Amino acid sequence: MKEFVEGSHAIAEVVKSCQPGVISAYPITPQTHIVEDLAQMVSSGELKSQFVNVESEHSAASVVLGASATGVRVYTATSSQGLFYMQEVVFNIAGMRLPVVMTCANRAISAPINIWNDQQDSISLRDSGWFQIYAEDNQEAVDFHLIAYRLAEDKRVMLPVMVCMDGFILTHGMETVDIPEQDKVNKFLPVYKPLYKLDPADPISLGLLADPDYYMETRFAIQETMRESISYLSEISKEFNNAFGRDYKDLLVEEYQVKDAEKVIVAMGSVCGTIKEVVDEQRAKGKKVGLLRIISYRPFPYARIYEALKDVPKVAVLDKAVSLGAYAPVAVEIKSAFFGKKKGPKVISSFVGGLGGRDITMETIHEVFRRLGAKEVNFDFVDLKPELLKEGTPC
Amino acid sequence: MENSPLFKPGHTACAGCGQAVAARLVIEAAGANTIIANSTGCLEVFTTKYPETAWGVPWIHSLFENSAAVASGVEAALIYLGKKDKINVIAQGGDGSTGDIGLQAISGMLERGHDILYVCYDNEAYMNTGVQRSGLTPFDTNTTTSPASGLSSGNLRPKKPVPEICAAHGIPYVATASAGFPQDLTRKVKKAISTKGPKYIQVHVPCPLGWRHESNQMLPVAKMAVETGLYPLFEYEFGVLSGRKQIAPKPVEEYLRMQGRFKHLLNNPGEIRKIQDIADSNIKKYNLKLEAQAPNA
Repeated sequence: MKEFVEGSHAIAEVVKSCQPGVISAYPITPQTHIVEDLAQMVSSGELKSQFVNVESEHSAASVVLGASATGVRVYTATSSQGLFYMQEVVFNIAGMRLPVVMTCANRAISAPINIWNDQQDSISLRDSGWFQIYAEDNQEAVDFHLIAYRLAEDKRVMLPVMVCMDGFILTHGMETVDIPEQDKVNKFLPVYKPLYKLDPADPISLGLLADPDYYMETRFAIQETMRESISYLSEISKEFNNAFGRDYKDLLVEEYQVKDAEKVIVAMGSVCGTIKEVVDEQRAKGKKVGLLRIISYRPFPYARIYEALKDVPKVAVLDKAVSLGAYAPVAVEIKSAFFGKKKGPKVISSFVGGLGGRDITMETIHEVFRRLGAKEVNFDFVDLKPELLKEGTPC
Repeated sequence: MENSPLFKPGHTACAGCGQAVAARLVIEAAGANTIIANSTGCLEVFTTKYPETAWGVPWIHSLFENSAAVASGVEAALIYLGKKDKINVIAQGGDGSTGDIGLQAISGMLERGHDILYVCYDNEAYMNTGVQRSGLTPFDTNTTTSPASGLSSGNLRPKKPVPEICAAHGIPYVATASAGFPQDLTRKVKKAISTKGPKYIQVHVPCPLGWRHESNQMLPVAKMAVETGLYPLFEYEFGVLSGRKQIAPKPVEEYLRMQGRFKHLLNNPGEIRKIQDIADSNIKKYNLKLEAQAPNA
């Protein structure tokens, strides 16, 4: 049913429809409205979950870990500092192959403290063994939560999924969203049947010590599962389309006017909406530009990206994160998709923008297209304020 | 004692490990319908080196400081499944994982009122990583990070009063126990398990390796700690002291003499006096001194 709602509320509605048995979260802006709405639904009886108000994010993740290990569907949400605080539990959950689903309301990382959007938080946990899918708008944010549970709980997968949505821009933005009906959700998302669980009827030990003779194969197993999941994403996308009438193709990327483009920007998340507007404007003036939107960041769809961009002469990657002292994370992975291959863009320029919630406007995107020329830009920030960079500026 | 199906032999604990004895007593008292969340530490390492496990009950190890939170999740899941009434949940770990790095998670668990028993195996240092001091290391103990060198008599801080911290949360049951008094420990675990809400039991468990005593001396060492008043055995219910084991107090020197970790004190009457003061203060605070027997009328 279509509703004009705040993104956070739409997420709470879809999580409610997934009926997690245990929800645990710690408040952090801009995730707060999601968990407040869920608390409201539990207290009114609409949602029959155990809602555990923990004393830290580390405990929030630990509570859902314990509950998931006991065989119950779970949910948590966080951002930024909260995600970093639970980082070791995040890795623990993936290592223990528990199908936890988490919303990451993307927010910048301290210091300096900044509550606005960029993608440094989730990107910094890219090694964790979690799936990461990035929503462009609130419809996707809603749909991706259903897909997340379906994917995580698939017996061929059994890995946790992080649904990433830009903080404030999506969480606090009002959009018309089609909230899936419960009966359709029930058909798409079966009742969770764990492969293994803590149960006195059949005692098992979870979380054993694996010495050098045993550890590495567990990493291989997760890597293999992620590789195989590239095809499961297509499968699940088809099932989703059949159930709800929205087609996410392979759930890996979205090609927007890429086919004959001479210049393409690669990006993730809500900024893609702005980029599409600029692409439309430029196309109307006869300029052959396009957008390649990354949906699945982990697993990173190298083959799909190669296929999409191999004949595009100029590519600019716009990152909302930076690996300080080195590179922009998405740009580097894009570049590596072409290394050693016969075809590929002549130029792959790397730009970092939007950090700490600095607005990426249509003008910013026009500027990126302008700067995407014959000479490759190895790495540069966009929209820096020169007046703040003068010597003597207090910090 | 026969082999236990709940805590099986063949694990790799040191000979004479007090924690191994206590952990077995705890799970036998709780029974087969128990799920354990265990912190990183000696107990976790010596019972679950892949591909083997000593545990005959469902058991999970996540991290060092989060067993109380993991247990909270287990308990919440059991409530959701309608199974909590039939299944006990225990969170357990050593003194470091409990009183230091895990204190926040425990406080949260207690404050939220989960129906979970937390058991702390107190061997008074980070033993698994090499005998480093913890917040529960007693005054004047020689550890690798509070060494008794020429300038110092060892750990200069008092033992963190974790049982009292838990009691201050007003929870239904808090107790201290000792591997030297197994029947008392068993009684306390059974009492805790039959009580609804959060419970905390701290068990004193000698570590022959870290305390530097012979491996066949675990029981006498444990008993002596209690009998000097240095490790008082008491119970709190809803924040009020409700019971204690009374003793005929022995001088602390008898306890210190048994262990290499205190040997630097033996020719230092000034420091021994300070430790006796600690014992005396416990005896007074908990009213530990056995009343003189009244003669038959």
